[in-house]
Amino acid sequence: MRSLTIDQAAGAFFTAFSLFVLWESRKIPFGFLAEPGPGAMPTLLAFTLLACSIGLVVGGRFGKRMSAIAWTEWRHALFILGTCAFMALALERLGYRLTIFVALIVLVAVLEKKSWIASVVFAACFSFASYYVFNALLQVPLPQGPLGL
Amino acid sequence: MVEILQNLATGFATALSPDVLVYAFAGCLVGTLVGVLPGVGPLAGISLLLPATFGLNATSAIVLLAGIYYGAMYGGSTTSILMRIPGEAASVMTCIDGYAMTQKGRAGAALAIAAVGSFVAGTLSVLALMLLAPPLAEFALRFGPPEQFALLLLGLLVLAYMTSGPITRSLTMAALGLLLGMVGMDTMTGLFRFDYGLAELGDGIGVVPVAVGLFGVSEILLSAGQAIKTDVRSPRLRELLPNRQEWRESAAPIGRGTVLGFLIGILPGPGHIISSFVSYSIERRLSRHPERFGHGAVEGVAGPESANNSATSGALVPMLALGLPSGAVPAIMLAAMMIHGIAPGPLLIQEQPALFWGVIASMYVGNAVLLILNLPLVGIFVNILRVPYSYLYPSLLAFATLGVYAVNNSVVDVWIMAGAGVVGYILRKLDFEIAPIILGLVLAPMLELNFRQALAMSAGSYSIFFTRPISAVMLVIGLTLLLLGMRSIFSGAAGSRGIIGLDPSAGGEPGAKP
Repeated sequence: MRSLTIDQAAGAFFTAFSLFVLWESRKIPFGFLAEPGPGAMPTLLAFTLLACSIGLVVGGRFGKRMSAIAWTEWRHALFILGTCAFMALALERLGYRLTIFVALIVLVAVLEKKSWIASVVFAACFSFASYYVFNALLQVPLPQGPLGL
Repeated sequence: MVEILQNLATGFATALSPDVLVYAFAGCLVGTLVGVLPGVGPLAGISLLLPATFGLNATSAIVLLAGIYYGAMYGGSTTSILMRIPGEAASVMTCIDGYAMTQKGRAGAALAIAAVGSFVAGTLSVLALMLLAPPLAEFALRFGPPEQFALLLLGLLVLAYMTSGPITRSLTMAALGLLLGMVGMDTMTGLFRFDYGLAELGDGIGVVPVAVGLFGVSEILLSAGQAIKTDVRSPRLRELLPNRQEWRESAAPIGRGTVLGFLIGILPGPGHIISSFVSYSIERRLSRHPERFGHGAVEGVAGPESANNSATSGALVPMLALGLPSGAVPAIMLAAMMIHGIAPGPLLIQEQPALFWGVIASMYVGNAVLLILNLPLVGIFVNILRVPYSYLYPSLLAFATLGVYAVNNSVVDVWIMAGAGVVGYILRKLDFEIAPIILGLVLAPMLELNFRQALAMSAGSYSIFFTRPISAVMLVIGLTLLLLGMRSIFSGAAGSRGIIGLDPSAGGEPGAKP
């Protein structure tokens, strides 16, 4: 079986998403057409998205197929996203400097397979220098964590 | 005229004050670096550096961001000419003849023509911006809620029309952005929408985490794991002098590129990219020897490079005069202004003269700084390419996280950035333009407020949008563009969008990176 075209796949996804928004919008008062309430604009926009998504599905029958897309970098991308998730989880728990230090080592030494010494030096310099610039010079408060880092 | 000169003098007083001057210089420097580095375009660069402006006053922040924007246009030509690597999408056309000139031993001349063309175009287009924005803003003071609504809608429709690919794709992206803008408290009733009990979503989804995620993080994800090997060669200072014939052949293309770039830049859409493509094709068409193009024609460098620089000033006209961003970069700059408590719109020039005229004056200064930076120091900038990408992208990711967190001291924003990064990564893999999302997100609250206020004015009658002439004209133009865009889908005809290269089915896609 031939795979869907990009527009068909994207159109199907956005159709589902717009239906979800419409379902969620039912909890918000719509008001009247002459006096729209807070739910009116989201509903109108969800219908607009629905119409565009159907247009994508209908108009995208002959475009490029999903199977033609090469996701060669997906492992790297997933690893980087994992590091992003780690930073979001750790930032207020471990503090800025320790979180960024660990994240940079993971990316440079583990993912990019650079030497550990160079990675540690780079991570330490970046995390402490950026903390100094933002916290001390630009007066941007950054989390310190239980270890004071 | 006297009033303009007085205002400009006030602007120069602001722009030449030490702190603003430092930020103009920093913006130009960072912009040049952003332009030089392949994969880090002005959008990603501004998104990633936006949080660094929070500690500054509004004028310094906008001066810094504007410097990055037009600085990237200067820097983008360097790697295009020397290595056939476009630093950003607007420099793609420069690769063709710029690199051919390098192969003929005329790299220095190509760099000099690109820098001088950029300087001339940058300076003249700032002059045009200075003369056009104040009267346009004065005219827009007549706008009430119906006109504002029509203007915002028109802006979105023009962007959707001007974006490459089928119009349904860009409209889908704009609708998605507008829907994201519906999250948070309704300004008229105080009711919370789609917040799912998260207090952080009460104020809505922030523009900064979405912009950083969509443009910055997605760029990192797309280029992850790719080995970028560069053969760095930089010309010597004495090689940077074009000969008399090269100067003569470049003069007219620089002039045409300046006018064309400014006019295209005003229109919503990726003006800096489109203008360089249009300029190249016009120069080739006007040339007596079109066969030279592709083999080192200096006009093929002078025209596109002038056009893309001029377009950056053009893009600031609707943003500063009307509060209507014409693309993703002005939208992010608008968001920066709002973060600093400055309301965008026609009153901006009257209420914030120091900001407006300070930015204008700093752009004159910035263009001169860039000319100095980009010629004698070109060797230094090229060496930036020696920094391994395996160290560069982790630094950018850490910096993005820091900046996004610093906006509200909230890890929810970091999660939103990561989520937007995934969405941006997938959409860009699928060749969707993501600029309309950010524009929709920025414009959504204004669009809704003006829509409801207009209906309140007319006691619920929708005729208010069509009985007021300015609003009616704008809506008719918007509707016409929508129908024209839809027509090419159903008839398969290239139409006017194909002719200017916006319809990929008609060949050529300006927004595409090589």
